[in-house]
Amino acid sequence: MHHEHRGELHGITVVMTGTSGRTYLGRWHEQTPHGLQMRDLGVHDPATSPHDLPTWLDRARRFGVPVEHRMLVVPADEVGECVRFSE
Amino acid sequence: MPYHPMMIQPMRDEVTRLGVKELTTVAEVDAVLGDHHGTALIFVNSVCGCAAGMARPALAKAMQHAVMPDASYTVFAGGDLDATARARSYFSEYQPSSPCFMLIKDGEMAQMIHRHQIEGRSADMVAAALVAAFEAHCQKVGSEK
Repeated sequence: MHHEHRGELHGITVVMTGTSGRTYLGRWHEQTPHGLQMRDLGVHDPATSPHDLPTWLDRARRFGVPVEHRMLVVPADEVGECVRFSE
Repeated sequence: MPYHPMMIQPMRDEVTRLGVKELTTVAEVDAVLGDHHGTALIFVNSVCGCAAGMARPALAKAMQHAVMPDASYTVFAGGDLDATARARSYFSEYQPSSPCFMLIKDGEMAQMIHRHQIEGRSADMVAAALVAAFEAHCQKVGSEK
């Protein structure tokens, strides 16, 4: 299905750096005033992850996105820089 | 819950008309992957146009290349749930995503082209990635079409 009305990143796997230091890797679904809704995502938390961020991202590039949440709305004040994962 | 068969039939047809064999049951998947030798491409088809809309035309382009896997198969995520899960279970180290391409050699994953490597790219770009994988891992010389 095409959902171009949801924005150019809709359906694209992105890496979003949260203001808390967590990193969110998953499909950009929709941005609303409440935050960024992402689908099929994994979250890297430097305080708890067994891997550092570069290793975690490298593993995702090789083995795929480690999905922890089917859907998550990242609060607007947590949303930071967002880039395509494939870049 | 699977999509309505009528809705996804054109997406199945877009792949099977290329000569790609569709695996719709666990038994069919096991028959292919249970004791696999040689090279095979497994395309995990899906509905989402954001990525699958490019993956299917890319497959069509890549299937015209001279170097090809020994065999090509497809399962439909969102359609044949059990068959798709079974195919993924053979490569459980890899996270499930759809659409994606799995190029296997003698039962091992030789290369996987994940969804994130498909979405946002043109069919030509995805086809080029497939062709590069074929040339890296396959020996069969197909008929140049």
